[in-house]
Amino acid sequence: MRRFLSVIIFFAVLLLLWQWVFKAKIWSPVLVPSPLRVWNYLKGAIADGTLEQATLITMRRLLIGYLVGIIGGIPLGLLTARWTLFRDTLGTTALGLQTLPSICWVPLALLWFGQTEAAMLFVVVMGTLWSVIIATETGVRNVPPIYRRAALTMGSKRLHIWFKVILPAALPFIVSGMKQGWAFAWRSLMAAEIFVTILTGFGLGQLLHFGREQQAMEQVIGIMVVIVVIGLLADKIFFSPIERFLHHRWGTSQ
Amino acid sequence: MFRHKTGSLSEELQVVAPSKLAIENVSKSFHTTTGKVLALDRISLQVNEAEFVCIVGPSGCGKTTLLNIIAGLEKPDSGRVLADGKPIISPGRDRLVMFQESALFPWLNVLGNVLFGLKLKPQLTNKDRRDVARYYLELVDLTRFERANIHELSGGMKQRVALARALAPNPRVLLMDEPFAALDALTREQLYGDLQRIWKERKKTIVFVTHNVREAACLGDRVLLFSPNPGRIQEEFLVDLPRPRDINSVDLAGYSSKIMRSLKSFNAERAAAKP
Repeated sequence: MRRFLSVIIFFAVLLLLWQWVFKAKIWSPVLVPSPLRVWNYLKGAIADGTLEQATLITMRRLLIGYLVGIIGGIPLGLLTARWTLFRDTLGTTALGLQTLPSICWVPLALLWFGQTEAAMLFVVVMGTLWSVIIATETGVRNVPPIYRRAALTMGSKRLHIWFKVILPAALPFIVSGMKQGWAFAWRSLMAAEIFVTILTGFGLGQLLHFGREQQAMEQVIGIMVVIVVIGLLADKIFFSPIERFLHHRWGTSQ
Repeated sequence: MFRHKTGSLSEELQVVAPSKLAIENVSKSFHTTTGKVLALDRISLQVNEAEFVCIVGPSGCGKTTLLNIIAGLEKPDSGRVLADGKPIISPGRDRLVMFQESALFPWLNVLGNVLFGLKLKPQLTNKDRRDVARYYLELVDLTRFERANIHELSGGMKQRVALARALAPNPRVLLMDEPFAALDALTREQLYGDLQRIWKERKKTIVFVTHNVREAACLGDRVLLFSPNPGRIQEEFLVDLPRPRDINSVDLAGYSSKIMRSLKSFNAERAAAKP
């Protein structure tokens, strides 16, 4: 309860500060709109459905691309961990491409797929895939050999060992790779949406971009707030519970 | 054919016949940075049904290697190991291993760990498996902790879970690789008692590797003293004392000092032989 209260107070102070900066007219009201104007923009955007639609479009791109990245990344990571051939080839490729900021895929995606959903999905997959491959490989290679030996003596074999021993043992690494993949995918998708107009649907990034074009600062700030809230929610709803479970089971918390 | 599932539980909990092990001329060498090490040099050894054999020796004398070969986790360069006349070529759950570090799986709780080997027995129902697991948890006195996470347990409790996990699939042989080495003296003492009681109750053939001479004398029907590089059986001692044995008893001290003397004299000889 006290923690909750301090959070409320903190954000209230932040809002008041904002209101004060607006009132003091240090900068033009075009550049620094009042909190109320931003709130009114958001209310309007919710009421006419633009916000909901843009959020849905963005989230659909993100979730599909992210899932493809994970579903592809984990098996590929297992391959690179298991066979030297894959480690030297695919593993090296993954390591190299992971260092490439995923926004750099946008020009290529546009030329290949045009201003379509496929281009956006491609960028999100590229943001996710390499991190997940590398994290899975690292996780598997960090599994203490004694787990495998213990499982072998109990009659566990090949696939059973992979699914019941190696994968769960590597889970903390895989989850951190998934989290990193999520961060990369989210950032690159936003950048891509701001950077190019995708004809098949307007996402949050596009709303942000239109806000700038119309010099509608309340829209720019409003959408930024929405993007931050989505990022927070993803962390609180999806990643935090998994991480809490892992810390609890493995005994690694604090 | 219709299977009577109700019968399988009591069947599963029956004491199985312990194995007889025959180690015949087993050699194994390793290449290390300092050169070739002959970890086992033509070792031959018989372990009788339900016998408790302790292998004691300094580190690097090949005792763990021998245990791994019996487990089927490693292959000998030459020679072979037979369990009840059949050669051992791979790991099998008739020979389960208890490792020095607990090797328990941190992603499973206590019950999940004990269930791991049981889940690989297709003839059991899930309820049977849980009942069997609980039976062994009771045997090691950990019933209250079946839902606990591994990291929440003390070192001694972890090794007791590991013992329950190794016993649960009802093996004929139990291979123990310095299982109590990392524990404090008091916990160890209690586990000596537990192990002897369980061994008597479940009738397993046990090969127990340790570097603790007194521990070997306390637990073994027979103590084999290994010497390192090349790894050989240097001497064999029969420990003819009633059970359960107390690690602190005076009679036991006699045996352990005898073994210790032999160990020291060998080391002295070897030091003298070196230029």
